[in-house]
Amino acid sequence: MHQATPWDAARAEAIVSQHAGLEGPMLPILHALQHEFGHVDEAAAPLIAKALNLSRAEVHGVITFYHDFRREPAGRHILKLCRGEACQSMGSEALAEDFLAKLGIDWHGSTADGELTVEPVFCLGLCACSPAALLDDEVIGRLDAESLVEAVDAVRA
Amino acid sequence: MTRIFVSKDAAALALGADRVAAKIAAEAQARGAAVEIIRTGSRGMIFLEPLVEVETAGGRIGYGPVKASDVAALFDAGLLSGGAHVLGIGKTEEHPFFARQTRLTFARCGIIDPVSLDDYAALGGWRGLQRAIEIGPAATIAEVTKSGLRGRGGAGFPTGIKWKTVADAPADRRYVVCNADEGDSGTFADRMIMEGDPFALIEGMTIAAIAVGAGKGYVYLRSEYPHAACTFEEALGVARAAGYLGRDILGSGHAFDIELRIGAGAYVCGEETSLLESLEGKRGVVRAKPPLPAHKGLFERPTVVNNVLSLVAIPTILDRGGEFYAGFGVGRSRGTMPLQIAGNIRFGGLFETAFGLTLGEIVEEIGGGTASGRPVRAVQCGGPLGAYFPPAFFDTPFDYEAFAARDGLIGHGGLVVFDDTVEMAKMARFAMEFCAIESCGKCTPCRIGSTRGVEVMERIIGGVKVDENIALLEDLCQTMKFGSLCALGGLAPYPVLSALRHFPEDFSPRHALAAE
Repeated sequence: MHQATPWDAARAEAIVSQHAGLEGPMLPILHALQHEFGHVDEAAAPLIAKALNLSRAEVHGVITFYHDFRREPAGRHILKLCRGEACQSMGSEALAEDFLAKLGIDWHGSTADGELTVEPVFCLGLCACSPAALLDDEVIGRLDAESLVEAVDAVRA
Repeated sequence: MTRIFVSKDAAALALGADRVAAKIAAEAQARGAAVEIIRTGSRGMIFLEPLVEVETAGGRIGYGPVKASDVAALFDAGLLSGGAHVLGIGKTEEHPFFARQTRLTFARCGIIDPVSLDDYAALGGWRGLQRAIEIGPAATIAEVTKSGLRGRGGAGFPTGIKWKTVADAPADRRYVVCNADEGDSGTFADRMIMEGDPFALIEGMTIAAIAVGAGKGYVYLRSEYPHAACTFEEALGVARAAGYLGRDILGSGHAFDIELRIGAGAYVCGEETSLLESLEGKRGVVRAKPPLPAHKGLFERPTVVNNVLSLVAIPTILDRGGEFYAGFGVGRSRGTMPLQIAGNIRFGGLFETAFGLTLGEIVEEIGGGTASGRPVRAVQCGGPLGAYFPPAFFDTPFDYEAFAARDGLIGHGGLVVFDDTVEMAKMARFAMEFCAIESCGKCTPCRIGSTRGVEVMERIIGGVKVDENIALLEDLCQTMKFGSLCALGGLAPYPVLSALRHFPEDFSPRHALAAE
């Protein structure tokens, strides 16, 4: 998995200017920043605003609109558990509830050791092999309590 | 050299296809067998994934679902010559789930190497584009109109009319935008085609561009589909290098290129005007219509916004003619629809067929009933905003009008099956919760209504003044249905009211008390 690097204003500026020539460059910039730093830092908004000739409020509005953009660093591994109806029909809600309770965190929370962040996702398109999850870059289908713990332990090891 | 096919579709990967492919390579090497492993898209029989196919003189022989631990035994049973094994399904094309289908849109998916131009051309690829170049824009649009194709994203608007509107709008530049923001739970057809036959989407978009005079295309793909992004980006590079995209497509003088853009987890961006805002780099807030995107779309220019499946149907329509395509289907629902049979289902997957099968045939015969073996209680058709149908509605033919007549919708063709353990009041609450989470916030009925809806549902589930709260819920649903700006708030009442109407026992105080 790609590891996030700490915030670096010069690197961020380079990323912004690299994409600034696109039509509608905002989302590609935000994705690139999050890919590099693991989240979109508060300090990014003024940089983007200046480069795209927008107000900081406009940039802030975009960042906060989309569920994908994290404003705080996440854990080293990210588990996205599907909460869509197809996964619910196969028991995903109880599975997620138990798993989160075992970790002692809520949705979007991270474990105390900073290893794992658990986020909800509404559909991974794996609806004929539910319940489904995305663990870092790996898709997993037909999850149950055992296979979920096994997969998470495997990446944490 | 024996050719072995293993899918790299995300669903196959989620079930262990990479481990199976690696094990086959290792086992072949250990036994000194010469094999070439080709990674394809999925045939759509997700219940058989990971599916392993072997090319033999008598056709492709399939085995599935295969685990890595089965591979040695498969080799022992003569895998390389299609030998008999308990996981064997015989010729893949003759499997009952596959043989009953009419595969036009998914004709190549699961069969070819997705990014091989030779494979694509060998199975009819680019013939539609060549014909579009020959007959010119006006005749191309006429062919699409003749086919009766309606938008496969959910709204079902006639594609030919949309294209003509864009072509006729005066402008300095026009766009083709592909809506690949397939957010409905229970749908995965867009994902499958982008992973399994991406050139078909490129060809369809290029034909659209030539027909309407567009120079630039965007595919707006949801971020939840990283594998589709990877395959499609690779396909764009291959197509560009071979002259199927660029300044002078196949020497026709037409210039067109496509850029892949990734969404950021907002369901509402599947609504076309919200999608356009997002592409422009703004919050994905819905626009009021008019103006229509066909008149003022991306960057205020005339824009074709079509779903992946609509665009992928285009090459077939051009190649084999609008009449050929219109020859399938019933009433005003022409052609084929890739059904996505999902949820608590025994034989889940993608099943492309002409419109007109009944819901019962799809769920019971093709899908084989529930995975849990318990009775089917409800089927949600058309995603999170679609109605819940009870088995009493299993005689409903799958077409736009028949579903609408029963206060339902076919949407993007997803069917999510639930067994008798489902609590319908909870599903109604979830529909409101989902709408509250995903509302763009522009219009009040959707933004506030969905939050109030969650609260009302909680009171009903808690057994508080149930009759009064049900009356309030119905009133709220009417407001949302008729007062919302787009389909998110406008359709969220469908799952709620259908659950209430068809499963009233789940909303009664007695049930609420029993649940405690």
